[in-house]
Amino acid sequence: MKLLVPVKRVVDYNVKVRVRSDGGGVETAGVKMSMNPFDEIAVEEAIRLKEKGLAEEIIAVSLGVAACAETLRTALAMGADRGILVETDAELQPLAVAKLLKAIVAKEEPKLVILGKQAIDDDMNATGQMLAALLGWPQGTFASRLLIEDGRALVTREVDGGLETVSLALPAIVTTDLRLNEPRYASLPNIMKARKKPIETLTPAALGVDPAPRLTVLKTTEPPRRQAGVRVGSVAELVDKLKNEAKVI
Amino acid sequence: MTALVLLEHDGRTIKQPARSAVAAARKLGEVHVLVAGEGIGAVAEAAAKLPGVAKVIAADAPAYAHGLAEPLADLLVALAPGYTHLLAAATASGKNVMPRVAALLDVQPISDISAVVDADTFVRPIYAGNALATVKSADAKKVITVRATGFDPVAADGGSAPIAPAPAISTPEISRFVSAELSKSERPELTAARIIISGGRGMQSGENFHLLDAIADKLHAAVGASRAAVDAGFVPNDYQVGQTGKIVAPELYVAVGISGAIQHLAGMKDSKVIVAINKDEEAPIFQVADYGLVADLFKALPELSLALENLS
Ligand SMILES: Cc1cc2nc3c(=O)[nH]c(=O)nc-3n(C[C@H](O)[C@H](O)[C@H](O)COP(=O)(O)OP(=O)(O)OC[C@H]3O[C@@H](n4cnc5c(N)ncnc54)[C@H](O)[C@@H]3O)c2cc1C
Ligand SMILES: Nc1ncnc2c1ncn2[C@@H]1O[C@H](COP(=O)(O)O)[C@@H](O)[C@H]1O
Repeated sequence: MKLLVPVKRVVDYNVKVRVRSDGGGVETAGVKMSMNPFDEIAVEEAIRLKEKGLAEEIIAVSLGVAACAETLRTALAMGADRGILVETDAELQPLAVAKLLKAIVAKEEPKLVILGKQAIDDDMNATGQMLAALLGWPQGTFASRLLIEDGRALVTREVDGGLETVSLALPAIVTTDLRLNEPRYASLPNIMKARKKPIETLTPAALGVDPAPRLTVLKTTEPPRRQAGVRVGSVAELVDKLKNEAKVI
Repeated sequence: MTALVLLEHDGRTIKQPARSAVAAARKLGEVHVLVAGEGIGAVAEAAAKLPGVAKVIAADAPAYAHGLAEPLADLLVALAPGYTHLLAAATASGKNVMPRVAALLDVQPISDISAVVDADTFVRPIYAGNALATVKSADAKKVITVRATGFDPVAADGGSAPIAPAPAISTPEISRFVSAELSKSERPELTAARIIISGGRGMQSGENFHLLDAIADKLHAAVGASRAAVDAGFVPNDYQVGQTGKIVAPELYVAVGISGAIQHLAGMKDSKVIVAINKDEEAPIFQVADYGLVADLFKALPELSLALENLS
């Protein structure tokens, strides 16, 4: 079967983002960009399925500006077979991304799409569920384990009270949680090899999707900042402060 | 304007984050709630008592027994024509279901709102809470998940709403519930606790979490953890506090052996009082702590436990 893995280019998780002084979003100029960490986990999971002989081909897809091609190269260096770049300078929100991915699913007919549970920039946690809805497919979100057996996907999900396992008819959507696997680093030879792997470039228009955003960001502000407090010298002083000053115990 | 809130419950009681979602919905207009599950009579009765709820819709059917997203989303879509806003708490369950509902309605969901500005405009944290975006939706219907820490939950009692059955609809059985392994604890839930004590990589092992348990027992606190502690297998996944775990804002949050990475701070920095115990005086957690104790936790925790004992 074919696997499709959407990978998003985001501000690296180590960067402490700053709100732009004009309130128009966060500063991204000169900031390190990387693949969304949950998407690395998705790529890794796809590669493991292929290594187990459960999948033949892994297609990585990234949607956004031309530089998303770098994110695709990272996926190819990890082990994806080919890439699709849906290139646009327009702001893409999950509904548009899901519609574009649906159009790609129609072309490529994968049996499984593995996405990250959440992009760490917009923190939406929505695209996978939305793609599942548009396709009429079942969804296994926040996966910490994935097994393919008897033509179904057995997905263990991280839920609020612990873990839950669901069985999904294929084709299906899976979104990754942190404990699904530990993504590999691309080796130098694989990085070289990835340069020769094909990347196809498409546009929203070619896929017949209007990507216009539905949410307008009116302003972006800094959250209220916490004042650093005091150092206490001992446990006794801590307990005293909590009881008599903060009055929380 | 009428809002419908998908009310999360455990078969017996309504979850506290769901009561926060009702509080958010009350800022929008009349509030109806949906209780779905199997054998949910008691929960529907409890829902009817929530202050400000005008109507309870009860969907009692085997299809909803395990909260699977596919049938629940179809049910919400069937009910959607009567409502301007559809909401749920931004819990694992709400986040699973609501985006699916939104896509079926051709709506861009508004995830994890921390404030309501008006019927179309909401505030939501982005970039691990390092920025707050005020967003205005152009969709005719809004599909929303609610960050519980942004809204004081409505009381459990005070209302008396009528209960009506949900329409029967059918969803093809594309997904099946297989099993659940739920953590059992006598302690309060993380998202409802007044006090939380969390451990990080510095705890070194799952066994050492007993040091935290002893204190949690004395304070009636919940126990949480950093991602590093969960990844290392010290505690189950549902202990994780942070950008991609649970978002909490208790009266008192005690971080022990946690460095204070942005992703962890994202989940707890709205707590009223923060205490950090860490042996590294440079640890970033001290930048948000009201009270910082530079100490070896293996010395500090037993002392703390004893001091609390003497207090009571
Ligand atoms: C996509 C993504 C999502 C993430 N989501 C989350 C999330 O939701 N929640 C989360 O917590 N993290 C999350 N993280 C991980 C985060 O970046 C940090 O790696 C993690 O929070 C570190 O956990 P820690 O503070 O326990 O460990 P460390 O950073 O290793 O800190 C351990 C601390 O313990 C102290 N210590 C050690 N021994 C002792 C002792 N004997 N006494 C006192 N102090 C001691 C050390 O000084 C140190 O400060 C995420 C990361 C990514 C990439
Ligand atoms: N522009 C994009 N390009 C590729 N994948 C994306 C894009 N946006 C979202 N995704 C996928 O959807 C997941 C969830 O994103 P979100 O719903 O925005 O939190 C990500 O982890 C990606 O797998």
